[in-house]
Amino acid sequence: MRTTRIAGAIAGLAVAALALTACNSGSPADPGGDAGAGEEETGALWEVATDVALEGSPTFDNMTERGKVIIGVKNDQPGLGYEDAATGERSGFDIGIAQWIAASLGFGEDQIEYQTIPSANREQAIVNGDIDYYVGTYSITDKRKEQIDFAGPYFITGQGLLVAADNTDINGPDDLAGKIVCSVTGSTPLQRIRDEFSPGDTVEYDTYSQCVEQLKAGSVDAITTDEAILAGYVAQDPDALKIAGEPFSEERYGVGLAKGDTVLQQHINDLFTNGGDVWQALFDLNLAPAGIQGTQPAVD
Amino acid sequence: MGVITDYLPLWGETLLGTIVLFFGGGALALVLGTLVGAMRVSPVPIARGIGILYVNTIRNTPLTLVFFAFAFALPPLLGLRLTSGVSLTLAISALGIYTATYVAETIRSGINTVPVGQAEAARALGLTFGQVMTLVVLPQAFRSVIPPMMSVFIALLKNTTVAAGFSVVNLGSIRANMSEDGENQFIVLLWVMAIFVALVLLLSWAQRALENRWKVAR
Repeated sequence: MRTTRIAGAIAGLAVAALALTACNSGSPADPGGDAGAGEEETGALWEVATDVALEGSPTFDNMTERGKVIIGVKNDQPGLGYEDAATGERSGFDIGIAQWIAASLGFGEDQIEYQTIPSANREQAIVNGDIDYYVGTYSITDKRKEQIDFAGPYFITGQGLLVAADNTDINGPDDLAGKIVCSVTGSTPLQRIRDEFSPGDTVEYDTYSQCVEQLKAGSVDAITTDEAILAGYVAQDPDALKIAGEPFSEERYGVGLAKGDTVLQQHINDLFTNGGDVWQALFDLNLAPAGIQGTQPAVD
Repeated sequence: MGVITDYLPLWGETLLGTIVLFFGGGALALVLGTLVGAMRVSPVPIARGIGILYVNTIRNTPLTLVFFAFAFALPPLLGLRLTSGVSLTLAISALGIYTATYVAETIRSGINTVPVGQAEAARALGLTFGQVMTLVVLPQAFRSVIPPMMSVFIALLKNTTVAAGFSVVNLGSIRANMSEDGENQFIVLLWVMAIFVALVLLLSWAQRALENRWKVAR
């Protein structure tokens, strides 16, 4: 906390210094100059709403009572939901979406509390009310809808394969005979690759980072999960890794919400539908550098 | 009940994984542990030194770190490809090598209960150290350490769940599979707990049976 505050102070000083020099040089006043001081980079994409009223949304009532919003996210997916271990700073497309929703509900970035929640515990965290909503590569499935509700989808991707950059024999899921494929324990991509394609063998760990480590060591041949997640690892280390072939499934990412909170669900869906170019800006900022294409999907 | 009946093959597969890890790790721990326990009381200083070093380094290392070393340091070092068989072998080795330190110390405590006169008498008959150990001391030592030894094995049984994070399917990994399907994981965990309690009850029963049979009359 302390380091972020100091970093914030330094950033504030830097902005102030810039504003001063701008005045000195006599250049035209920056329209958002004053409001911009202290705002984060993404702050320019939207404004924090004021006087928000959501009649009949228990989640929103909890947020206002608490004075802050608690969002469940991932912390180990570069480009999507990532936490820098050294600075504690969170970044990525999902984080941007989460902040955008919070702003539309009247909560600025200083009123957001992130909670890192691994895939296996997501439904439980929402059902228990530990978090207000969850944004983190959360595929919309019928089975999950039995326990929680989804807003969105806000992103569509598909299962892909990550291989070593010098690998030429794997170009799609049909080339996996005799190869060793790594993914996260019990995950849907792992189950699908086992059931529908026949890899030589599968390896499962708690996180994709551990798979990446084994891939770089040559102990496994490929890693499989959603292409958007894989792209983040390629962006981190383009010399060693590459994506092989085209996506072979459709995953629709939604925002996980408490079951029955249709008011909040409708609010977020409206935000996605009427968001203008905010979505594209977030995509260009976070995912375009990873080398994948994307267009905003229509909500359900 | 649905979480059991709807996923019967998965429960079977994971239960089998746990049992294989338990028996594999247990067999390795028993053999290695007995050897190390004997080394620690041997008259040869080098053997004693190796025994002390082994017990003190491995026993003081958290099991997760031992697993990490086996799953992430060893394969690149040996150029291993991680097939299911290799992962299982690595996991059994990690469990066995870790548990062996506890077995060794338990056996050493058992050796200390054998009256010194027994070993001296055996030596007086002209038996070698190996013969004194295998024919006279260890059989008596085992008989007196059944309850603590069984505690070591109960701990081993529960420690098998650590392997779930290292690519070996067992009861510890079922939660991840089920919650991906949207099942209530609290209920899943209650079932896993019930299965472990049942398995430990089996071990406790085996302990009582062995105790009744091998009890040292004093």
